[in-house]
Amino acid sequence: MADAAGHLLDHHEAGSTWVGKSIPRVEDASLLSGRGRFIDDLGVRPGTLHAAILRSPHAHADIVSIDISAAKQSPGVVAVLTGEDVTSLTTSLVVGVKAPVECWPIAVGRVRYVGEPVAVIVATDRYLAEDAADLIDVQYRPRPVVCDPLAALSPDAPVLHDGFKGNVASDRTFRYGDPEQAFASAAHRISIDIRYPRNSCTPIETYGVVADYDAGEDAYDVLSNFQGPFSIHAVLSRALRVPGNRLRLRTPPDSGGSFGVKQGVFPYIVLIAAAARAADRPVKWIEDRLEHLTASVSATNRATTLSAAVSDDGRILALDWDQVEDCGAHLRAPEPATLYRMHGNLTGAYDIRHLKVRNRVVVTNKTPTGLNRGFGGPQVYFALERLVQRIAVELNLDPLDVIRRNLVAAGAFPYRTASGALLDSGDYQEAIRRGVVEGGLAALKARRDAARAQGRLYGIGYTAVVEPSVSNMGYITTVLTPAERRKAGPKNGAQATATISIDPVGSVSVHVSSVPQGQGHRTVLSQVVADVFGLTPSDIRVNTELDTTKDAWSIASGNYASRFAPAVAGTAKLAAERIAQRLACIAASQLNTEVDDIAFVAGHVGSKRNPDNKVSFSRLAGLSHWSPGALPDGVGQTIRETVFWTPPELTAPDDADHINSSLCHGFIFDFCGVEIDRVTLQTRIDRYVTMHDCGTILHPAMVDGQIRGGFAQALGAALYEEFAYAPDGSFLTGTFADYLLPTTMEVPDPLILHMQTPSPFTPLGAKGVGEGNCMSTPVCIANAVADALATKDIDLPLVPAKLADIVRGAEPAPPAGRAADTKRTGDRSLRGEGQATVAASAERVWAMLLDPATLQAVIPGCHHVEKLSDTHFRAEVTLGIGPVKGRYRAEVRLSDLDPPHAVTLGGSAEGGLGFGGGEGRITLAPTASGGTSIHYVYEAAIGGKVASIGGRLLDGAARVIIGQFFASLARQAGGAAPNRSRGSFVAKLRRLFGGGR
Amino acid sequence: MSRLQAGRRHPVRFSLNGKPCTGEAEPRLLLTDFLRHQIGMTGTHVGCEHGVCGACTVSIDGSPARACLTLAAQVDGCEVRTVESLAPSAGRLGILQAAFKRNHALQCGFCTAGILMSLDCLLRDHPRPDEATIRDFLSGHLCRCTGYAPIIRAALEAAAEMAGDVSRETTHA
Ligand code: FES
Ligand code: FES
Repeated sequence: MADAAGHLLDHHEAGSTWVGKSIPRVEDASLLSGRGRFIDDLGVRPGTLHAAILRSPHAHADIVSIDISAAKQSPGVVAVLTGEDVTSLTTSLVVGVKAPVECWPIAVGRVRYVGEPVAVIVATDRYLAEDAADLIDVQYRPRPVVCDPLAALSPDAPVLHDGFKGNVASDRTFRYGDPEQAFASAAHRISIDIRYPRNSCTPIETYGVVADYDAGEDAYDVLSNFQGPFSIHAVLSRALRVPGNRLRLRTPPDSGGSFGVKQGVFPYIVLIAAAARAADRPVKWIEDRLEHLTASVSATNRATTLSAAVSDDGRILALDWDQVEDCGAHLRAPEPATLYRMHGNLTGAYDIRHLKVRNRVVVTNKTPTGLNRGFGGPQVYFALERLVQRIAVELNLDPLDVIRRNLVAAGAFPYRTASGALLDSGDYQEAIRRGVVEGGLAALKARRDAARAQGRLYGIGYTAVVEPSVSNMGYITTVLTPAERRKAGPKNGAQATATISIDPVGSVSVHVSSVPQGQGHRTVLSQVVADVFGLTPSDIRVNTELDTTKDAWSIASGNYASRFAPAVAGTAKLAAERIAQRLACIAASQLNTEVDDIAFVAGHVGSKRNPDNKVSFSRLAGLSHWSPGALPDGVGQTIRETVFWTPPELTAPDDADHINSSLCHGFIFDFCGVEIDRVTLQTRIDRYVTMHDCGTILHPAMVDGQIRGGFAQALGAALYEEFAYAPDGSFLTGTFADYLLPTTMEVPDPLILHMQTPSPFTPLGAKGVGEGNCMSTPVCIANAVADALATKDIDLPLVPAKLADIVRGAEPAPPAGRAADTKRTGDRSLRGEGQATVAASAERVWAMLLDPATLQAVIPGCHHVEKLSDTHFRAEVTLGIGPVKGRYRAEVRLSDLDPPHAVTLGGSAEGGLGFGGGEGRITLAPTASGGTSIHYVYEAAIGGKVASIGGRLLDGAARVIIGQFFASLARQAGGAAPNRSRGSFVAKLRRLFGGGR
Repeated sequence: MSRLQAGRRHPVRFSLNGKPCTGEAEPRLLLTDFLRHQIGMTGTHVGCEHGVCGACTVSIDGSPARACLTLAAQVDGCEVRTVESLAPSAGRLGILQAAFKRNHALQCGFCTAGILMSLDCLLRDHPRPDEATIRDFLSGHLCRCTGYAPIIRAALEAAAEMAGDVSRETTHA
């Protein structure tokens, strides 16, 4: 065998450890052969039903009525649930602040964001469920919308929830040290305003839930690719109105990535569990991509004003944070955690003793937020590290000097930050020194100078970032006042768990509740445990599926806050050591030596002094099964050991609001060179260097994998990705053609450097590493772009249009007589005009256009047209645009009739694809050949699902459908082929008979 | 092709991974759903169902194709290959798969089947692609875990090995 595994296994030297080696992953063989077991790959009980979810096309509206009668009659449909049904079966999800506000997994009486579930349809297969969803008739009464967090603060902003003060869910101020004095006496006050946009790490596998309800036992059994934290289990059982022991929550063996995002599946667990109860059958739901992008979850967007009191030489004496966090339409657990995860780390890698903070949490008409890789770090560091760059610019200092001047001193660890974090270990100065040398900063500067000398736009950016990991389960309570906290009871710690079992033939199994989503936990645990027992990783079997009824777990279980390497892997080591300790006692008595003399080497347990005096591991390990009576007294069993480990450093917030929000703190120093093309304004990463100190490295290739993966996501956040909303709350980026992830063409390979300062607080010395680049990279690139363009205001993502505004100034108005092109972000109106010719007289065309039967025949996808009066039609049509196909009910009114020359059509429509309204005018003119030339102009506005699939698809679909309309009109008129002209169809169609949606 | 009736199941006869296969599909049934839920070949994954992510890529008559944009009825009479065909035998990995494993070119593995199928098609037609060609060819795939660099390395290594530039013994899974 000649692959890396074999190679490594063959060359493993006795006495060396498996930890620290990049052994091949045990996970890979099945994943590479199509034998993974992701949630949608697993069989379900016979009779399992499938759910589809009807979602709101409106960002904010009252639900006037929901008619499900037709859907219930639809083939295969077993149940249809609306908000009312769900409220009768469940209880509201708890909200993380003290306020009389409810949070349901489905709209109840009112929708507050595009994509909010409105009905759940359960049928014998997914196709039939979706068919039925099209038949549900929901009447909405739109309300004013607020999408911007600062606008949401305004007293006249539309209010989302009556239980909050305006739209403010929480408003807390904090003060550490003496910030007023520091600001008053400092030479400079330097400030920056930041708008951090909405984005998400979007795993390639979407959410999935399979739920079953046993009425006899009043118990739920749920399988979901949920990732934790399992504190959510308590939220779920409460919502489902059962004690925790009647909610069995299981995870599948494989999960297709999460990056925090799959925490957000939990409202759907409630929804699908309720559906299973209503249908009295198991129900399965797999989210589709459009649902995922529109309505799964998002990182928070945040508006921050950050000011620093600064001395002449760039020393930062105090910071003043004013953060307005936008959690979307509902404050879902564990929010507002994004805002508080970094609370102990608001001073970053710097020694700043005075700190003032105002934290406000607002709700807006956007998708609710939740966990996302970096969790609060990208938002905080974007402000802090942009500010550091501004300090350098404004004081005419070198940005790297400003960073260096403010770092926590190497001898100061463990270092308590102003707001309470205990930075465990590090040597930031040394990391930067090595990064500068090994990363070739001098050469990069020379490259920049050469590029600039040629007139090119080239810049260098830096960041220094502390990467927190292993969250304190108590940090979220910092949002409460000390008095509220006292009432609620203490919350702290971060219980990790691991179980080691040994079977009768002495083979070792490991179970942890870490719920990996692709990170290779099973491989690393096999290394850790093999080292303890003197075995090889292939001897160890690791299971990471979690079943809350059978496995050891705690509220901290799950895959988040980079807790695997520091907490979970360390706990597995502790559990293995406990068993090893007992095995050593047994071996000592069998081999007639002392326990201290026992070593575990190469599959044997033996005497260190006399290596020939030994017994095989498997024989010794099986004794607890075969002859417990033969074991020395008091040793105890060696069959199974579960260890719970929580670090004592993670205490609850104190009365002065100091909080050690995380256990470990890695350090990252990044710098990069970027070039911006003067013509296309594309940003190209010329070189990216990232230096990491994540403590002890357990598996170098996996650490680098985490860094590269995080880097690629951060690159996307910096340059391409944004969940875009129109002013009316319509969601604009519902496909991967609109929400752009970086591909092989965009992602460069960063230079990754390491140093290792072990954490004194974790069993293996490891710290988290997976999230750091999501914190450091967006702002590092932004700093480089700011340097290249010599500009202050930098908003992510750095799309060429924004850079064009900076480089060239705002775009001039189009010359008179030429309409601006339609559709830029935020403007979803479709305007157009076109012309077609049919071989029939104007009178005949006129009659056809006003005849319901003709319209029904020529409108693509039309089910029927009903004539309510001479000038009022109602139509039903099914349209497919890109991936979204749906049925619309349209109302069309004719006005300004000038038979047979011209008519104005105004209309509105509503359906599964969304809603819209528009107006168009058709004019008919005879042609020389006896036919009729039809000219049309239209303007329409659309919202809902179809808006989220993007302009390109819309235009293309428009052209096709309008073409079909005229082709079939021409056919119907018995005439020649139409001469199709440019112009979009949707409007035509829509206007034509109300396609306006 | 004869006109298929909506709402009725029609026989689909095709070759799947070299063996004859028969199923029944309504005209609207996607090839992804057909392969995964009717035939039981779950190695082909679904990431977007709108043709962008590439997770569902299979080989149809030797060309890479998006199974999510293909109707089951369309593969009647075709030769379809999926990720399940790549290993030379159970317990062993093919050259490309082994290169992925060596280079840590996958994490969650959800995107992997599609990428392997695209590369398999590429390497059949272009035995010695350079990095730019591979990057270009894989630009139709989204991977959210790896940052792509290890995937590119694995592809280059596999290409060199297939072209006989490097030799390796058989690789066990
Ligand atoms: S699932 Fe087919 S391309 Fe994404
Ligand atoms: S390995 Fe997870 S998406 Fe590619």
